[in-house]
Amino acid sequence: MAPIVPDAPAAGRPRWPTGVGNGIGSRHSPLPFSYTRRYARVVTMSTTPHVPAAHALTDVTGSDASLRRFLHGLPGVDAVGLEARAAALGTRSIKTTSKAYALDLAISMVDLTTLEGADTPGKVRALGAKAVHPDPTDRTAPATAAVCVYPDMVAVAKEAVAGSGVKVASVATAFPAGRASMAVKLADVREAVDAGADEVDMVIDRGAFLSGRYLKVFEEITAVKQACGDAARLKVIFETGELSTYDNIRRASWLAMLAGADFIKTSTGKVAVNATPANTLLMLQAVRDFRDRTGVQIGVKPAGGIRTAKDAVKFLVLVGETAGTDWLDPHWFRFGASSLLNDLLMQRQKLATGRYSGPDYVTVD
Amino acid sequence: MTFEYAPAPESRSVVDIAPSYGLFIDGEFTDAADGRVFKTVSPSTEEVLSEVARAGEADVDRAVAAARRAFASWSALPGSERAKYLFRIARIVQERSRELAVLETLDNGKPIKETRDTDLPLVAAHFFYYAGWADKLEHAGFGSSPKPLGVAAQVIPWNFPLLMLAWKIAPALATGNTVVLKPAETTPLSALFFADVCRQAGLPKGVVNILPGYGETGAALVAHPDVNKVAFTGSTGVGKEIARTVAGTRKKLTLELGGKGANIVFDDAPVDQAVEGIVSGIFFNQGQVCCAGSRLLVQESVHDEVLDALKRRISTLRLGDPLDKNTDIGAINSAEQLARITSLADQGEAEGAERWTAPCELPSSGYWFAPTVFSGVTQAHTVARDEIFGPVLSVLTFRTPDEAVAKANNTAYGLSAGIWTDKGSRILAVANKLRAGVVWSNTFNKFDPTSPFGGYKESGYGREGGRHGLEAYLDV
Amino acid sequence: MSERLSVFKTYKLYVGGKFPRSESGRVYEVTGSKDENWLANAPLSSRKDARDAVVAARKAFGGWSGATAYNRGQVLYRVAEMLEGRRSQFTREVADAEGLSKAKAAALVDLTVDRWVWYAGWTDKIAQIAGGANPVAGPFFNLSTPEPTGVVAVLAPQESSLLGLVSVLAPVIATGNTAVVVASERSPLPALSLGEVLATSDVPGGVVNVLSGRTAEIAPTLASHMDVNAVDLTGADPALATELEIAAADNLKRVLRPRTGEDFAATPGTERLTAFLETKTVWHTTGSLGASGSSY
Repeated sequence: MAPIVPDAPAAGRPRWPTGVGNGIGSRHSPLPFSYTRRYARVVTMSTTPHVPAAHALTDVTGSDASLRRFLHGLPGVDAVGLEARAAALGTRSIKTTSKAYALDLAISMVDLTTLEGADTPGKVRALGAKAVHPDPTDRTAPATAAVCVYPDMVAVAKEAVAGSGVKVASVATAFPAGRASMAVKLADVREAVDAGADEVDMVIDRGAFLSGRYLKVFEEITAVKQACGDAARLKVIFETGELSTYDNIRRASWLAMLAGADFIKTSTGKVAVNATPANTLLMLQAVRDFRDRTGVQIGVKPAGGIRTAKDAVKFLVLVGETAGTDWLDPHWFRFGASSLLNDLLMQRQKLATGRYSGPDYVTVD
Repeated sequence: MTFEYAPAPESRSVVDIAPSYGLFIDGEFTDAADGRVFKTVSPSTEEVLSEVARAGEADVDRAVAAARRAFASWSALPGSERAKYLFRIARIVQERSRELAVLETLDNGKPIKETRDTDLPLVAAHFFYYAGWADKLEHAGFGSSPKPLGVAAQVIPWNFPLLMLAWKIAPALATGNTVVLKPAETTPLSALFFADVCRQAGLPKGVVNILPGYGETGAALVAHPDVNKVAFTGSTGVGKEIARTVAGTRKKLTLELGGKGANIVFDDAPVDQAVEGIVSGIFFNQGQVCCAGSRLLVQESVHDEVLDALKRRISTLRLGDPLDKNTDIGAINSAEQLARITSLADQGEAEGAERWTAPCELPSSGYWFAPTVFSGVTQAHTVARDEIFGPVLSVLTFRTPDEAVAKANNTAYGLSAGIWTDKGSRILAVANKLRAGVVWSNTFNKFDPTSPFGGYKESGYGREGGRHGLEAYLDV
Repeated sequence: MSERLSVFKTYKLYVGGKFPRSESGRVYEVTGSKDENWLANAPLSSRKDARDAVVAARKAFGGWSGATAYNRGQVLYRVAEMLEGRRSQFTREVADAEGLSKAKAAALVDLTVDRWVWYAGWTDKIAQIAGGANPVAGPFFNLSTPEPTGVVAVLAPQESSLLGLVSVLAPVIATGNTAVVVASERSPLPALSLGEVLATSDVPGGVVNVLSGRTAEIAPTLASHMDVNAVDLTGADPALATELEIAAADNLKRVLRPRTGEDFAATPGTERLTAFLETKTVWHTTGSLGASGSSY
């Protein structure tokens, strides 16, 4: 008996070529579902100077007032229903061939991260080596998507992964607090980009967001986007744990997408609550709706707190059944994690050998 | 390669189904007096699962007599002792829940995900909840010394076989009554396994008697002169017949009957959660739920947006082997029910409603119906008025809250309703005006042993669950 | 000097706040309990009168059930005040109807007034007794609230013409239902006079409708009426009660069966209040505070 293929309508969707996800999309919505009807009042086709993208929602960012009106007009989120849906998807049973596929996919989506005050070139080089060949005993294990480091470690990391296809991502904008002047933040970004970062993970000014200064947050993102230029894809970190409400997470998602983010990312990993199935599900709904509305596909990166292969597979289920299979690609979905990789590798070894593996059979870096 | 889910079947080996089962009377399994039997099949494969004794009038006499004999000592037990039996049952159900979940899925056709995560946990919780009441009845608000009624005749449906059994038996036993229960003819097995749970718990003989059979068995049971209480869950038509049967007697009657629940989505609803609620409201248990949200009332200004999102979501539902842990939609319970759903859906199409069917392949054997949505439905359409009891949603629109309430209440039923809005005062105002026994705001199809459940109007009377559920089994 | 010729009272029905005659134009003779002397003519209600009364009761239901419980309590207390002022009239009518001494009849009227007061006090308390929060195992606020069933047809007791009538009527309307009352067939006069009390007590028209006549003629119309939600069969004999209960199943009316030897002088419990209540249970999602960092 053939099950319904998850997200069947996605079959008709255009696949978004890699590298074109940064705000230049078609003006028409490829799918019937859209926010057009709801927001017809505020949507026009004019553009404003500080908006990099030429999509149909540009006018909502024309002023603090229109931006606020738009963000507060987004559908609300019922916390109980959202968490229940995330939990229900967490009960999917992923076995045998689909598990093997999911483990490799998850490995290839890891942004292998070290963001410690004690980071050294040696540590970063070890991390880079691991990203390129995660399992020294099994060269069929895929490389991770990227290594993620502080700006001053970008050059070391670039060298460590050179020629492998593994990207180097750098946090920036006074990570993790984001409490610095705009000049300092931009200098931070430029340093990372100049050192060769392929991706920049910026933090938003949560203080500005929480006090309702949405246009300030918007302008910071557009400025950082500009600083990234064509060289680096921009991931925008919300620190969802500090935004505190699901409604805020949805608003922050749309704000960042409107401002030209290539990725929206949950957290820094530096606060008590980081990525959860629920907040990631919500962000997946946001990118799905944004593409339906604008034709522009945006990536999602949950970060912090995802430690087990089992959890990672649950996130992949969320992706497949919410945003759709188009996002089941390292270009569109990442895990910000460090210890996750070893558990993925141990599970991979278990599948290959039938034996449970142990921590001595994966590398500690 | 794409992320297809490999088959993840729950093991059948955890349950051992015997080739035949008897009636359970006075603590023993026994053949029917006239030796009649019937077969029970798995709706997903049409495989015969077992042959079950079919109770006739003589068996009803025997069972009622056994329950009557047991009543004297059971009702005289201190409440704290009755409580301990019920706690034992709750624990044994928990211990055997995997076995019972697989059994229920085999006999009923519903997904293992539901029996595992909904039916069985609620069954155990229901016994656990009412166990605690057994020695506290004088505090329940029904007088200082409430008395049981005597022998309870209970007839339950096939949509939640073991859960409906729990809803009937737990409060009956807690209050000191004894029970003769008739499970539905398409789903007799879990009740017979429950008989074994009663034996494991050491429940005194005759306190619980199980009589598998067809409608005629149920009719004989509720008409029996020596029963004091009749509790029925099933169709409104049969409920009315039972009400006529007990007229003029002293039998206390409670009825949980049909529904045509309205799920009302306002323009400020949390859309993603509303879509989940609509899906759960009509596709949970293949829509074979009396409180299903079978009428979607959506505010006209968001109709297209909600309908598009709904169709997208429905397209991700996985229909197939009920034992597969990733199955969302299982089999329809019987050929008869499938025929009824098919005929009503065809009628909806014939009456001009726009039919949309989820793109899914149906298995070649068994009873299956793909998730179906009718849009452009009005109150005059048959699909908006008749209970379909299947995975068929009718979508209607409204313009104002008043219109939503008027349409929601414009039915002979009054069991359930849903409200989806971000505005708190609107939830309370609309909930206040809905003539329905259970209202879910920003959620749907939630159940709990502490929460009274039951209908207004032709959805029946009496409540099951909570403190209210005790009243049906007490002489008050 | 000759004794003054008294003015007879024309007893009329009480329907929709008005005092109509039976649409059929029929009356029947009402006699005293003991001596069989003629007391008055009473309207002999037809099935159409019953239907009109149901329409009036349905029309009044929204307003009465939607009034605040405090307001209903005030109105019912006002009924007691009005009745108190008419004690002598009701004492005479009850004495005639039930063949009692003035003193015994007066005691019954006093009890009747007190019964109104008792039920007046219940209007804003029954929800706290019959409803409440349910501690469900999940992130939900779950509240059960009693609501009135709707239009209730009440067959008043045949023997207790005023105290019995009020004992079955007051609990029905206290909770917000509206009522169509079929008065004691043999002794309808106190019931018809009670209509006059209700009409002057701020009880909205249609909340209580009083019919007199043959119970066996009027009741089947009410029991089978698809817009009646419940029946109180107190005034029906066993054979009629069975017939009515069968008819009531057509739309699953809530049925209160007659009880043998009910003592209306005894302090009532809450059974008659709860008999015509529905329990509505509403689930509200709550979220869980802070557990996952983002839970509102």
